[in-house]
Amino acid sequence: MAHIDLGQPILDRNERLAAVNRARFAEAGVFVLDLMASPGAGKTSTILATIAALRDRYRIAVIEGDIASKVDAEKVKAHGIPAVQINTGGACHLESDMIKRAVDTLSLDELDLIIIENVGNLVCPTDFNLGEDAKVMILSVPEGHDKPYKYPGIFQISEAVILNKVDTMPVFDFNEDEFNGEVHTLNPRAPIFRIAATKGEGVAEWAEWLAARIEAKKAERAAGADA
Amino acid sequence: MGITQGILDASFAAAEKAGATRITEIHVSIGELTEVVDFALQFAFEALTPDTMAEGATLFIEMVPARSACHDCGLEYDHDRFEMLCPTCGSLNVELLRGREMSIDSIEADNDSTEE
Repeated sequence: MAHIDLGQPILDRNERLAAVNRARFAEAGVFVLDLMASPGAGKTSTILATIAALRDRYRIAVIEGDIASKVDAEKVKAHGIPAVQINTGGACHLESDMIKRAVDTLSLDELDLIIIENVGNLVCPTDFNLGEDAKVMILSVPEGHDKPYKYPGIFQISEAVILNKVDTMPVFDFNEDEFNGEVHTLNPRAPIFRIAATKGEGVAEWAEWLAARIEAKKAERAAGADA
Repeated sequence: MGITQGILDASFAAAEKAGATRITEIHVSIGELTEVVDFALQFAFEALTPDTMAEGATLFIEMVPARSACHDCGLEYDHDRFEMLCPTCGSLNVELLRGREMSIDSIEADNDSTEE
């Protein structure tokens, strides 16, 4: 009988590949956003609205994660933005080797921002590093204000929370004060951006937050190059 | 399921490296702030281990409670996944010390041939 000490992460392989991705993104000075939400919360619409707000300033590409189909990548490409579709074939989240393969098809040196649209799911994407700079989640008004307490993990891992479809607030029984309070308790430092992606409402404020993060990464890289 | 497969892959690799042919115990630590649920992990473990070197092995899961430090008043405190704020001064300036771990601590393995 032998006792063997391991002391290693369970997701060791994913963590190692995430580190490889992170190093590549750092070298190229590309900011990478992992955008998470449930199906139908408006991930693709939010991405399109974000592209519209930032495309004059930054070179953007999108990695689309879905169980099947190319629908989302086609939507993004129709706006003249490079998009890579990953089909997980049933898997409920993206992992770093999938991102690595997608990134291999992009010209990193010609990009400032990569937005990864994770598979629609409020649970599994939480625990998987992809090498991103920030995880951000979207909750849409029709899903209900009680979701932070039902899916606390994703609200805690996100650096910012986007509340989408705020234009539908009058039709749904959404208690925004309660929602804000729950998010604040779970993740005191995360800003909440109220948007209506398809109408462009509130997108500017969110886009400025993202732009500040992109600039910070560029500055970090410039400082590293000087050192 | 992916997480259980991660546990098994690492355990098989370690056991093979040590020249063992059978795994009898696997010990893991899971932070309470992760999305891992112990019974789901046990269920996946039972589904994935038949016909492997870990067939019949026991999976021991230690759940690690969340603990944070307050940078304003210096308090270190255990908390559940819902309350992140410092319980004494209410500060937001807190840092998570543990509660997000997902690690394999150790395995117990043996070699059928050496025991004969």
